[in-house]
Order: sequence, then C-alpha cells, then structure tokens
Amino acid sequence: MNSARDPVPFRPYVPGTQPPYDAPAYGSTHKRHPVEDLVLLPHTVTETAGPSFSPAHFLPISDLSVVDGKSALGERIIVHGRITDEDGRPVPNTIVEIWQANASGRYRHPADQHDAPLDPNFRGEGRVFTDGDGWYRFTSIKPGAYPWRNHDNAWRPNHIHFSFFGAGFAQRLITQMYFPGDPLFEFDPIFLSIPEEAARNRLICELDMSVTEPEWALGYRFDVVLRGRGATPMEG
Amino acid sequence: MSAATGGQTIGPFWHLIEHPDWADLTRFGPDGERITLAGSKIDGDGDPVTDAAVELWQADPPADERFPGFGRCRTDERGAFRFTTLKPGPVPGRGNAAQAPHFAISIHARGLLKGLVTRAYFADDPHNETDPLLSSIDDPKRRGTLIALPDGSDRWRIDIRLQRGPEDETETVFLDV
Repeated sequence: MNSARDPVPFRPYVPGTQPPYDAPAYGSTHKRHPVEDLVLLPHTVTETAGPSFSPAHFLPISDLSVVDGKSALGERIIVHGRITDEDGRPVPNTIVEIWQANASGRYRHPADQHDAPLDPNFRGEGRVFTDGDGWYRFTSIKPGAYPWRNHDNAWRPNHIHFSFFGAGFAQRLITQMYFPGDPLFEFDPIFLSIPEEAARNRLICELDMSVTEPEWALGYRFDVVLRGRGATPMEG
Repeated sequence: MSAATGGQTIGPFWHLIEHPDWADLTRFGPDGERITLAGSKIDGDGDPVTDAAVELWQADPPADERFPGFGRCRTDERGAFRFTTLKPGPVPGRGNAAQAPHFAISIHARGLLKGLVTRAYFADDPHNETDPLLSSIDDPKRRGTLIALPDGSDRWRIDIRLQRGPEDETETVFLDV
C-alpha cells in the first residue's frame, strides 16, 4: 500500500551492470555469499535518506602523493571526475573515500605480506568532497600491480579503491578504478565479475590531457554514476 | 541516461580508510539515549569473518552536525564489532504503515563483490508486531536474525551469519534494496 507522502525510491540496478554475490572464480566468495533469496525491501526513509558528513568533522585529504612535505615514489597522477545520478544530475557535496597500494604494489597494511617495499612517504588514504556540480579531484601516484592467492600466479591489475555515499543509503557504492590498456584485465576475476563488458569498461579511467600538468603529473578522468530516483522509463 | 556504475569488493585492505572513532556515532556530543550495538559475523563454515567493514546507518534521530547517523566498525580477530549510538525511534514506512525502530546495517568485505544489507530491530519493541518488513518474513528463525537482543542495560547484541551452514544453521536475512 503506497501513499503520495512516500519517499521517492531509487531505481533498481540495470541487469548485467553489477557483480553477483556468488562468483566461483573468486575463491573468497565461496563461504561468504548468501544462499537464501534476498528479501525485496521497498524503499522507505531508511533507504532514501543518508548520512551527514560535515567537512568540519571529516577533513579532506586531497594529496596522497606527499607525506610531511616529502614526495612518494612513483608516477604522480591527478584523478578527477564527475559524480552524477542515472539521469545525469550532479551529486554535489558528497564524500569520496580513496585507498590504494603504493607504486610497488604494496599496501600500508599489516595483512599485506607481498615482498615489495613500503614507501615512508606514501600512506594510501584520501578523502575529498564533490563540489556543487559533482566534480571531485585528488593527486596521488599510480598504484602498482600485486600478486594475490586466488589462483596460481594471480595478479591484480593496477587499481584505486573508491567509496561513494551519494545522497541516500541505497546509493552507496564501493568500487575500483582501473587504468587503460591493462593486460591483466582478462585474468582478473574481480574485474570480470561484472557481467556486461560495457559496464566493466566503465570502471576504466581515461587519460585526460586537459588536467595533465606539464612537467608535473598525468591526468586521468573517472566519472561515476549513482542510482537515479523514481521509476525507470520502462516501468512507465 | 547512463546505468549506475558497477560495484567491486572493498577487499582486505580497506582499513587504510578506517578511523576507529567512526564506530562511536555520539562522538560529536548529540543529545539522546546512548546505547551500544555489538555482535559478531561468521561465514558459511561458522568461522569468524575477521576483515569486514560493518556500516550502521539510522534515519532517526535525523542526521545533523552533531550526529552523522552513520558509523563504521571493523570486525576483529573473533569477528566481533561494536557501535555506540543513539537509540532510534519509529520512522514512517510506505503507505500509512509505521516502521519499528531499527538500524540499517551493511557489510563489506573481501569475498563480497557488493555490500550485503540487513537490519537490526530491538527485541520486545511493541512496534515490531506491525512492522512491514518483519511481518513479511514467515519463518520465525529467519525473522529472528533481524532482531537484536538485550545484553544488560543499554546494550544490544546481534550476530550475523553470511551463509546458511552445513547443518542448516539459519542465514541472516539480507535485503534487496
């Protein structure tokens, strides 16, 4: 039973654009994916409202390439992009969390035992907010590829982790951004977990000469789309 | 129109963005009744999930400068997590229904290519009887996975099982939102 006062829900995801819970090629899913059917929950205020992240309490960290004035090793990059919803509306003033391995493919994390050097000038954590028109930007270094134990001789393509909140709880998105032309894509069960090729390829950023700074850093653009509100056109 | 961007796992190294104080939603000094919600997480074998990010969100009290409405906590080596927050009240449901007080909980971890979403209600709350979601789940064992139990005054506990066990141990109800 619906009423005119109900909050406008977010639309269902387009089929083929999201990974499954059960992905046999990715071993860690085997004992962690639900086997019961999910229970469909029509959106209420719990799903349509979202957190408050006051920049006064959540300070931005927009340059990952420097610690205490000292530069990290590796290829310096500028990453920027625009966050919109499925109807092309910008998502303003929303928090974007970023984390990544260093240029050698090593995370500053006790569980990362890869035999590659840590960099004292690289922590690998960032946090920025979009501006009023949905744009975000940060500076970092290009992360290295690294091995993992999913299968024999398994290596992850270079990637940066992103966490987005949007304007409502049901818009939450955690994903990974990849770099153009990576030869490891075809071997990576995490990248390949997204069924549709076109949807997978949207996780790959583009070289962007308009933000590349001469004698300083290459620029990349990574646009992100969060769920739109309301019924899909197909549902009329 | 462009479809929403695909999700990818949070992975095992998300702690680079962890700030332990995020597990205390009352750290900016809001008014209200403080409670804790604790629990643990296990996988299909009953083993603790030791590298997850548990996120808690509540629409009531409304988020503002002193109350983010959102918290995040790691699971530790025993799979345990613990939040301090304000006790929510009932919020509107769809139509003319009211929803019983609840938290939304999402779980992100290595092995989860996208987050799992569930809820935690409070045992013995009279609104539970008419809550639309709780009422829609016929199996009392499954319904029970959504209900936090009291553990002393102002302390609540809910355990989460990501996958049904080999002896048919009950899997937590996860939501398609």
